[in-house]
Amino acid sequence: MRGQVPRRTIFAFIGPAVLGLAMVGIAPLLYAVWTSLHFYNLTKLKRVEFIGADNYLTVLTDEVFWQAMGRTFFLLGTALPLQIALGLGIALVLHQPGLTLVKTLARLSLVLPMATTYAVVGLLGQVMFNQKFGVVNQLLGGVDVNWIGDPNNAFAMIIFWDVWQWTPFVALVLLAGLTMVPGEVEEAARLETKSTWTILRYVQLPFLLPGLVAVLILRTADTLKLFDMVFTLTRGGPGSSTEFISLMIQRVGFRGFDQGLASAQAIILLIITIVLAQIYIRVFHKEV
Amino acid sequence: MTSPRSFWSQIALLALIILVCVFPFYWMVTTSLKTQIVALEAPPVWVFEPTLDNYREALFEDDVLRTLINSIVIAICTTALALLLGVPAAFALARFEFRGKKDLWFWFITNRMVSPIVLALPFFLIARNLGLLDKHITLILIYLTFNLPIVIWIVTDQFRGIPYDLDEAARLEGASQFTIMRKICLPLAMPGVAVSAIFSFIFSWNELMFGLILTRNEAKTAPAMAVSFMEGYNLPYGKIMATSTLIVIPVLIFALIASKQLVRGLTMGAVK
Repeated sequence: MRGQVPRRTIFAFIGPAVLGLAMVGIAPLLYAVWTSLHFYNLTKLKRVEFIGADNYLTVLTDEVFWQAMGRTFFLLGTALPLQIALGLGIALVLHQPGLTLVKTLARLSLVLPMATTYAVVGLLGQVMFNQKFGVVNQLLGGVDVNWIGDPNNAFAMIIFWDVWQWTPFVALVLLAGLTMVPGEVEEAARLETKSTWTILRYVQLPFLLPGLVAVLILRTADTLKLFDMVFTLTRGGPGSSTEFISLMIQRVGFRGFDQGLASAQAIILLIITIVLAQIYIRVFHKEV
Repeated sequence: MTSPRSFWSQIALLALIILVCVFPFYWMVTTSLKTQIVALEAPPVWVFEPTLDNYREALFEDDVLRTLINSIVIAICTTALALLLGVPAAFALARFEFRGKKDLWFWFITNRMVSPIVLALPFFLIARNLGLLDKHITLILIYLTFNLPIVIWIVTDQFRGIPYDLDEAARLEGASQFTIMRKICLPLAMPGVAVSAIFSFIFSWNELMFGLILTRNEAKTAPAMAVSFMEGYNLPYGKIMATSTLIVIPVLIFALIASKQLVRGLTMGAVK
């Protein structure tokens, strides 16, 4: 019978991985919960004391925390639609027949942005968007835009790099969906109508849905995680205009030294992530 | 079939896609070949006499070479460890039936979604208390939080594609489950194992936040080094771009090798 294996064997195969992941993935979380219930400041380590839910109450009523949360979802809400629209366009172009060589070349180029080290994307941003000797202002016709020093421009710049790095990912996911449409079905539909939109809506969309849901889940998670690129590009500034949730927690914990409060913020972020994951996975299983 | 007009507009679109994807890399490499004086010209110059001085200075005077070696050592060790723990677990998930299998999957998914800052805070305190700050082993273990799930995910998928009849035949000859995995399934699952190893390497190599928080000098990784050049007023742009180029080239090569599987790996198998 398939799969009937003694318990000992199962444990021998899976035990090391579970123990390993528990050690690095769960034990620290428990420690974070402990820290979050204490006054724990790195500069006043002699005064670590139990203060119950005080840190949590502070977070829940802390405007700065919820502003950072709102900013994070605002970024998701502006970058993701752009990525989906552009990604879909690219996927449709690549899906058309002919020009195999150029398309292979295009597909290979699409791989590059999403593999690039996030920190390097931030450094590139510093160089290319510099007000004086940056190539972006030159390419825009010699304009004199202060990208990094202006709150709105800095936010636009973050959107630009997020879109640059992750549109290829969306495009390749959607392209994989388009190639799942059976050839006969698509050809039959093309005999019926000339409208690209009709074919997209009624023939191709059902095949794109699983990919779109995966993109939605992963982009949400990645935006909540976003740190490296923004840290190297703006450090959350100017002011707090690009301080997204992970950057804010890092600032409180390591530049403000308040580990207790930062841990409470992290635990609340974790809870929000798990709730979102649960919702998405429910929807995901219904859709597929 | 296609009209000449749509043919040319298609070519133009494809050229635009390639240009937008590749241009930042072009700018990175050319800036890395500029002297500081040329790099600070406004507006930027496109034609200049290239020099390798930035690379020489970064690699041999500023210790970038040592941080690159740190990054390589850490990425290889954490990948090896992830494979060692993950491949047997993947085999169990693909071949055995047991209670709690679904919960285990869900745990792996959420691991992929949790922001690293959530773990970075307690890791920092634990490592500090245990005297593990600025040690390679700390990053090697921590990177398991994202490498282990991805290895298990991809390799389980691969094992599932191997016909069960092969296991059955071997078992009739008295082979243990471990022998079946090692001698029969693993050789056939090698493509998946290789792809998951590439992913694990890329993710570890690209990571910045843990490297920034948990290392100072001894175990400093290359991205953390590149960022440390950003301190001060007169930034050495050429050197920063030279370091960036050195960091990015290995991952781009790996990503191109695994390009066919990249999407599947990034979506953890949600998209075939």
